[in-house]
Amino acid sequence: MRRLIVLPWKKSIEIAYKSIRARFFRSLITTLTLVLAVSFLAFSQVSIDIADTMLATGDPSLCQMLLRCGYDILPGDTSLAASPKQRWIITLSLLVCVVGIINAQLMSVTERFREIGTMKCLGALDRFIVRIFVMEATMQGFAGASVGAILGTTSAFLAALFRFGPGTIDLLPWPAIFVSTVTALATGIGLSLLGVLYPAIMAARMQPVEAMRVEQ
Amino acid sequence: MSEKLIVRVTGLTKDFDLGKIVVKVLKGIDLEIESGKYISIMGPSGSGKSTLFNMIGGLDKPTQGKVFIDEVDIAQLDAYELAWLRCRKIGYIFQTFNLIPVMTALENVTLPMTFAGTPGEEAVSRGMKLLSQVGLVGRHEHKPAELSGGQQQRVAVARALANNPAIILADEPTGNLDLSTGEEIISLLKQLSQEEGTTVISATHDFKMLNVSDQVIWIRDGRVDKIQERADLEIHTGGMSS
Repeated sequence: MRRLIVLPWKKSIEIAYKSIRARFFRSLITTLTLVLAVSFLAFSQVSIDIADTMLATGDPSLCQMLLRCGYDILPGDTSLAASPKQRWIITLSLLVCVVGIINAQLMSVTERFREIGTMKCLGALDRFIVRIFVMEATMQGFAGASVGAILGTTSAFLAALFRFGPGTIDLLPWPAIFVSTVTALATGIGLSLLGVLYPAIMAARMQPVEAMRVEQ
Repeated sequence: MSEKLIVRVTGLTKDFDLGKIVVKVLKGIDLEIESGKYISIMGPSGSGKSTLFNMIGGLDKPTQGKVFIDEVDIAQLDAYELAWLRCRKIGYIFQTFNLIPVMTALENVTLPMTFAGTPGEEAVSRGMKLLSQVGLVGRHEHKPAELSGGQQQRVAVARALANNPAIILADEPTGNLDLSTGEEIISLLKQLSQEEGTTVISATHDFKMLNVSDQVIWIRDGRVDKIQERADLEIHTGGMSS
């Protein structure tokens, strides 16, 4: 006898999408955390990319400008890799972001205990539940990280334009900026998934009765 | 034994360990339920009927004893088989309706069919048929919050029937409904059980249920107090059923 329980991908995406739409403001807050963290990451990286190119021109007036803007350039430097302090701040901001996401997702899972229990009574496997939450996190992650990456990159452009004048437009290192933006985007989606994993697994492992017993 | 047994429970006990004390909720229950019957499990609050209901439905594990559904010991099933059992063999109806709030009535009804692998269009047409069977024509696009309690319970009944289960388990299906709506749900369940030949097992303390039950199992203090057939029952509650 074929004893298979299935949940097609299309259906799980549909359920995840509906859940996000139904709890739009909650999702928005989770997403906003990501937007901020990712835009900070993108801003820092793209700013360094721009400064690097300016340094690479070897133009003394540009170097002067960089120094005036607070970049530490030692003689003979060819690259302005993020300083330890800067890396530390970025790491910290990403860490805070993950903690925020875990918090929001735990709340969302707790709110949906009964729904999860019901789904399990209807025959859902543990991994369907995990999958629905992971799909939701991926969508939120993609949305939040895209907005964040665009926001961060744009503000880095504007900051460069404002600090170094219109001449910088010709100098913009497009390939490096593209790589930085995509990295920030991927990091954001990664963080979103990292944040949902524990709440989702916790939800999926619950016995249906426990889930149903929760008062709401 | 002429009739086919659909549920068999032997020596069932359930303890809840609350840390300092262990509460013995079920103290050894033996039951045999025949296929196609309408069974009510009656008993006062705290008698263990909901616990028994959860055991029969495979939603909780017994401390001791065995539950057989269709002569299969459900303790022996792995996660996949248990999910299959919940999906295909058993339909659940709850006191609190438990519809998925973000889905429409139709989507709630088709969800178990999706799990069972029914193709989309077939699921939709069967879902619409079930919704009209429970008297909800034209309400399929409504979310649970836009439906009344009785209507929500009707959706839950339709959902329970989605995969043509052998058993419908109803835990106080009328507990959150007013008198007349409760009666409507009860007669709906009775009618569907007769039409589809489904075994209905409902845990309840609603005396309206007695009129339609083929058999009433009285639970008291974690044990089976008495089992009454319909014939005995009418003498017992003659005044009420008239």
